[in-house]
This record gives sequence, C-alpha cells and structure tokens, in this order.
Amino acid sequence: MASKLWATRAASYLKISFQYRGFATVIKDLKYADSHEWVKVEGNSATVGITDHAQDHLGDVVYVELPDEGAEVKQGASFGAVESVKATSDINSPISGKVVEVNTKLNDSPGLVNASPYESGWIIKVEINNADEVKSLMDPDQYSKFCEEEDAKH
Amino acid sequence: MAVSQTRDLGLPLIKLLRLKGVPILQQLHLEERLLRTSSDNWCIINDGTIDPTIVMGISGKPQELLEIESILRDDIPVIRRFTGGGTVIVDQGTIFVTFICNKDAVPGLQSYPQPIMSWSSLLYKKVFQGIGDFRLRENGILRAWRPQVWRECESITKNRWVHHTSFLWDYEISNMGYLKLPKRAPEYRQARDHLEFICRMKDYISRSSFIDRTIEAVGSEFLLRSAELEDAHCTLGSKFEPSSRLLRKQELGEAIFKSLTASQS
Repeated sequence: MASKLWATRAASYLKISFQYRGFATVIKDLKYADSHEWVKVEGNSATVGITDHAQDHLGDVVYVELPDEGAEVKQGASFGAVESVKATSDINSPISGKVVEVNTKLNDSPGLVNASPYESGWIIKVEINNADEVKSLMDPDQYSKFCEEEDAKH
Repeated sequence: MAVSQTRDLGLPLIKLLRLKGVPILQQLHLEERLLRTSSDNWCIINDGTIDPTIVMGISGKPQELLEIESILRDDIPVIRRFTGGGTVIVDQGTIFVTFICNKDAVPGLQSYPQPIMSWSSLLYKKVFQGIGDFRLRENGILRAWRPQVWRECESITKNRWVHHTSFLWDYEISNMGYLKLPKRAPEYRQARDHLEFICRMKDYISRSSFIDRTIEAVGSEFLLRSAELEDAHCTLGSKFEPSSRLLRKQELGEAIFKSLTASQS
C-alpha cells in the first residue's frame, strides 16, 4: 500500500499518468499493439518499445537484435528480437515507416528494456508513413484490459 | 512404432516428422522455415546428426563460449542458430525433439518463454517417468526440474513458437573440451564444468525406447499425423531465408583476436 502511494506521488511529480495495478504499468499518451509493443507518435516521428507487461513475462533481457537504420518497418511485422531465458521473441512494429534511429545503448545494456521499458529502454525511432495507422492501436485503458483478459485466460 | 489411431476428438493436430542423421544446420533451416511460413503444428524428431557440430544461440560470442583454437585445429563446424539460449555440441549421440506450434495450439498456454518451458518439462517428465530422477537437488533442496541430459531453447513470433531440445543420449567426453564455462549460468550450476553437470541418457534408457515414449507423450496432448520430409518442404514459402548459419573460419579467427585484445586491456 505504501509503495502504491509512493508511486502515485512520484508519478504526479513527474507529470506522467501512472496506472498502478500491482503488476504491469501502462503509460498515458502511448498507443499499444496486441503483440505488446508501445508507440509514442510526435508529428511524423514515432518511438517504439516493448511494454512493461511484455518485459515482465519475458524475463531478464540479455540481448536485443536491432534493425539497421534506414530499414523499412511495417505495422504488425517483425523488425527485431529480444533474447531472454533461452528464448528469442520477435519485436513487431506497431507502425509502418523507416527506422531513423536505434537505441544503441541496448547493445551494452539490454537490461534497460526490463528496467525502463517506456523510457531509456526504447528500441527504435521511426519516420512514419501513415499516421492513420495509429487508429488501429489500443489506448492505455484498452491495453490494460487486454492484458488482464490475456492473463486471465491462462 | 505404429502411431496409435485412437485419439479423442478436440486435441490439436500435430504433424510428426521423424528424421535420422539429418545435419543440424539443415534441421535448423527447416525449423525456422516451418516457424515462419507454415500454419501447422509440427513435432520433429531427428535421431542423431552426422558430424560433431557446435551450435551457439543467437547472441553467442565465440570468444567467450568456445575454445576456438582447438575448434579451428580440429575443423569443428560452428553454427549460430536462430533461437536464444546457450551453446551445445551435438553429434550422432544427440537426439533432437522440436515442437513448432501455433500460439493457441496448447489450451491455456501463454506463448512466453517460461510457460512453454514448463509445459515441455511436464511432457518430458512423462517420458522419463520410472526411468530416472533427473531433478537437480542440492543439499536436499529441489533446485530445478532440470534433467542434465537435455538442453532446450525457443523462438517466439507473434502467432507461433518453436521449442527445441537436444538430448544427450550419448556424447564424447573429448568434445566437451571445445566449450568454455558460460559467463551467464544458472546459480545452481556454481561454476561446475560441463562434465560435472551432464550425464548420458543411454545409462537410463534405450534410444528407441526414448523416442517411442516421446511420441507417446506427444500423442497424449496432440492428435498425431505422420509426415514425410517432402510434406514439410511442400508447405514452405520459397521466399523465406533462414538466419541460422555456419560461422566462417575468418570470423572465428577474428574472435580469437577480440579475446586477446580484451585480455590485454
């Protein structure tokens, strides 16, 4: 209870919307794919990463396979992978466009994906083709519900 | 062994592909193609591979994992596979069992690494039931249901997953000398070298009995349909290029250089 109160106060101080549910966190103003990636769209630029739900279920990330800058990504298609607990898991792009930057810090510190999935654990930045694609993604509330339903099924 | 024709309705269908002595690189290419381009569930059993081959996970660094000079001297092939996990050396004493499934094939199974490994552990527990206790106990405490006769790894896509296991039915002690102790090892391993940590399955079960029991265990969860290699190739998309590959000698040489540079800095 105390940690929830602390988290809420910290979120208020940092001016982020923080929905603490006792498990995975979801951030306001992001959009979410059903394959558990998030995207932050700012104009024709987007930042992509995997969600807290994803990193929690994957376990400790030990390696991130990054695409090349300049590579094309397509909504719903794989562009890279994370390795954790003897497994590689595809990372699928929630948006189509061209990769303009990759988070090279992940080469030496793949654990950033676990520690800070929405901030320093971002994976790629994309110059997007079609902003309308965002409409097919989930908002934070929809994504939270999606995660609850998914976990409840298993 | 004849595949039983009596199964309950409602079990997911799985195609059973039995191979013998197929080279591991060819097996990995087939698996990756089936993962990416097939919509069927597959169980592949490859009874041995022809030549001793080292197989590293996707992020494996040769300079950290391998005794490269010995490998180059003895001309041992080194493969980087498409799945995660550690390094194994496989040969004709290795039996491979791979599952390639749609994410909803196994009811109630979430397609994340740990649930899939737990599911496979339960399946192999059936295989080894009454054969031997491969649970790892230290000081009387159960550390892991981790038989030291197998190594497993996975790859998970949006809608499918592959779980492959290499079983050490037999192995050459000398081959283990090609592998270094991994930096990233489970705590219970406690820096023990490979030979302390593994045992030969042949001391517990015959080759054919293991394969039969595995098929029986798979049949308890799936509706089995035998398939041939030609069937598998027919379903494959022609454009897909698998990523598992043989490392060139030049790359291994460069890894030695990296190792020397790192030790001097």
